[in-house]
Amino acid sequence: MPRPEVQAPPEIFYNETEARKYTTSSRIIEIQAKISERALELLALPNDGVPRLLLDIGCGSGLSGETLSENGHHWIGYDISESMLNVALEREAEGDLLLADMGQGLGLRPGVVDGAISISAVQWLCYADKSSHEPRMRLKAFFGSLYRCLARGARAVLQLYAENMDQSEMIMMYAMRAGFAGGIVVDWPHSSKARKAYLVLTCGPPSVQSYLPKGKGEDGAMCSEDEESDDDGNQTVGIYDRTRPRKKAKINKNGKGKEWVFKKKEQMRKKGYSVPPDTKYTARKRKAHF
Amino acid sequence: MRLLTHNMLSCNIKGVANGFPLRLEAEKWVEKEVELNADFLRHIFPKIEWKALAGAARAVGYCELPEEADAAMLDSEDFLRRFHHALLEIHVEEGALVCPETGRGFPITKGIPNMLLHEDEV
Repeated sequence: MPRPEVQAPPEIFYNETEARKYTTSSRIIEIQAKISERALELLALPNDGVPRLLLDIGCGSGLSGETLSENGHHWIGYDISESMLNVALEREAEGDLLLADMGQGLGLRPGVVDGAISISAVQWLCYADKSSHEPRMRLKAFFGSLYRCLARGARAVLQLYAENMDQSEMIMMYAMRAGFAGGIVVDWPHSSKARKAYLVLTCGPPSVQSYLPKGKGEDGAMCSEDEESDDDGNQTVGIYDRTRPRKKAKINKNGKGKEWVFKKKEQMRKKGYSVPPDTKYTARKRKAHF
Repeated sequence: MRLLTHNMLSCNIKGVANGFPLRLEAEKWVEKEVELNADFLRHIFPKIEWKALAGAARAVGYCELPEEADAAMLDSEDFLRRFHHALLEIHVEEGALVCPETGRGFPITKGIPNMLLHEDEV
């Protein structure tokens, strides 16, 4: 099935039938709850029992917000799909909901929020759904406003499904330009289904404290659906690059050289092609005035 | 929408320099009791724009907040209770938020403010 991002804009794609899935499918609910728990863990809020004010960007039906509420936090949820927000109302989400487009900026006062999570939402910014949409400008507006509204030292954990390396690099680049420090944490990198990438961003300049947490299952541990293995991996992945660098073509400034030509001619002869004989003229450099 | 969120929101229209506070025009609101957490109130107090909160509370008919507040008042049980009630227990269900500079209204329906901007406002 094609990615939802290429099918329709989010406010159209998440219509009533799609939104309904988020109340009826126990599988979706379980996955969402797991991801949001992990995101909250990566947020690394101080463990003093004080509730915080958090943002849930792309809160949808409020599944991720439920995890935040369970941990006692207050949250403000952003979503662009009215149908999803209606489901959130039905589910009696405890946070406040806003119908807004994150690509237009968040519109919050500076420095008021203690942390932000976002579950599978930010990659939507990479798609231009209207003629007025310019993904780069939208990413810039989003990360800029996110940076401004976060308190100093606060974190944002954005779980995202990037379509390819270019996309995740573009998202990362705009996050860095906005002033964030941080990187990508990949959980279960060896599994195609359970693999989850989290963009962990810290507001403010990089310091000793702003270390990057480790990804789960890095050491080859497999993710099982019902059993959570807690042995964290020992490797942190900055950017997970699947494309290897190309082999460098051996070309010096004089061209490929006489030996190379002889070698190729020999190869072709062995294959049975008719090849002109090797003479003193073979692969000789032409005069400059030619 | 609680007044907590109202206190954080500012107008996002391009070119608006002073989009805070959004004027609250409440038509319908409900009160839901929530457990009081003094730690959270102390934590959030420095981030609250008091004038905006008091103004918004008046818009929903709650006039028991003082005009001015400072951190020393957080020791008073009575003050905490009022602060808590205004901040977290009043939910605006229907109404509008109005940008103080441009007068653009953002409607609130079923408790959800519609903050979507038109193309020419981005």
